[in-house]
Amino acid sequence: MLIRTKNRSDVRSSEITSETVYQDRRRFLKKGGQFALAGLGLTLVGCSDDLTQTIAAKNTPASTDVNIPQFNAPQWLQQKVAAHTKSQFLTEDALTPYPTVAGYNNFYEFGYGKQDPAEHAKDLITDPWSVIVEGAVEKPGTYTLEDILKPHDLEERIYRLRCVEAWSMVVPWVGYSLANMLKRFQPTSKAKYVEFHTLYDPEQMPGQRSRLSSIEYPYVEGLRIDEAINPLTFMAVGLYGKTLPPQNGAPLRLVVPWKYGFKSIKSIVRIRFTETIPRTTWVKSGPSEYGFFANVNPNVDHPRWSQAMERRLPDTLWEPNRIETRMFNGYEEEVAHLYSGMDLSKYY
Amino acid sequence: MDWVARTKLLIFPLCLAPLGFLIQAVLSNTLGPDPANTLTRDLGEWALIFLCAGLAITPLRTITGVNKLIRFRRMIGLFALLYALLHVIAYLAFMLGWQWLTLLEDLYKRPYIIVGAMAVVILVALGITSTKPMMRRLGKNWVKLHKLVYLAASLAVLHFLWLVKSDYTEPVVYGLTILSLLILRVPGFKKALRF
Repeated sequence: MLIRTKNRSDVRSSEITSETVYQDRRRFLKKGGQFALAGLGLTLVGCSDDLTQTIAAKNTPASTDVNIPQFNAPQWLQQKVAAHTKSQFLTEDALTPYPTVAGYNNFYEFGYGKQDPAEHAKDLITDPWSVIVEGAVEKPGTYTLEDILKPHDLEERIYRLRCVEAWSMVVPWVGYSLANMLKRFQPTSKAKYVEFHTLYDPEQMPGQRSRLSSIEYPYVEGLRIDEAINPLTFMAVGLYGKTLPPQNGAPLRLVVPWKYGFKSIKSIVRIRFTETIPRTTWVKSGPSEYGFFANVNPNVDHPRWSQAMERRLPDTLWEPNRIETRMFNGYEEEVAHLYSGMDLSKYY
Repeated sequence: MDWVARTKLLIFPLCLAPLGFLIQAVLSNTLGPDPANTLTRDLGEWALIFLCAGLAITPLRTITGVNKLIRFRRMIGLFALLYALLHVIAYLAFMLGWQWLTLLEDLYKRPYIIVGAMAVVILVALGITSTKPMMRRLGKNWVKLHKLVYLAASLAVLHFLWLVKSDYTEPVVYGLTILSLLILRVPGFKKALRF
């Protein structure tokens, strides 16, 4: 089938302002006299290439931070992730610090507390790792992780992540577009959906042994094929410039920034191309609460809480970081067309 | 001072300890990246624990035959009320940021909030009528009124159960605890307990 690769996500001018500049603006504005004009607006700062570069060099994201731990990962993967390039996928929002991104997780396979995954997933065996590709494709088979990644260069993208539980983060991922990955398997015209499975290994994943869980394992997520090949949809193997920590879904996880976090399935071992809509885990567990699409939408409440606002983590009690949730998590321009004509309160 | 009064002096600060730890955690900023959620949850859970403890006193009395145990009941009950009120305040202040409109919306739309609010209203009524003059004034009705604590505890468990996304272990444990404490009050069981 034909996969469009037109870069629809070409960033708006407002998005191009490097987030490091944004973070640095206060210090910047303080610099006094000669920059007084800059106080009139951020755009002025962002327009000056020199300044942007100086600051970016001083305070490059994430990736060069020496304090980011390296979890178990094969040498080739560490090198590949380290060799990533920057991309234009940036946000104006400040990055969520690494300890929060890697210490506050929902990964029920490793426990229900937010700190449980960091504690229980650290010894997850991620090498060797392979992914079964099946269904409506010309090239089905079992691919090793190295096989899958070999032809691709990796880049860093900074995406907002909005959890269905009304908290959010801003995360620098390393990976490549899902479209590039899927293309290689040559989906046939029958491939209307893509289904992903998380590893099922109760011995390593204590949560899969729980009896009082409404969740069936393995965890299954899915996308419509046009969502899957949207340029925003990302397959991540790294975080903050290093390979993914297990609690964040090592070695391979999906990132779909305009959907609630549970769509971004972790530790993927199976990719299946289907003609019918996949039966995804949360839809099975609570169809009235979680839909297949799960697009971030401030106007459609979760039955048990409002989705109009979110707590941008890390939050503090005295200066609450409550912000308004944006339609499609702020990626409306890039993805709204996928749903034109659909009643989003019905297809939530 | 008899042993009950002395023990109460000991238990009182013990009941305050969870609050102390939480305050300390708030001040030292060790509640994690989502402190509003953690604090609210913890306070709610302590309210539930004290409800269980309060409900355990009567069966304990039946089993041990130590009637004086009844004198701990009001104190335990009032601590349940204290933690429940702090739970509500934490929710209003830190989860809702005092946005009353959101509260109204929650109360109107969300069953688990309604159920939790009902439990708190009951606990407040019981707290207000927990003094000796009130007991005298209400006479026989006092006992009837205070049986509402069974309802409050059940509603609290329902509130918890409804809130959970997937893992029902904790609310189920509280639910079973409260259920067994209530069953122990059924006359048939009560008799059996004495032997």
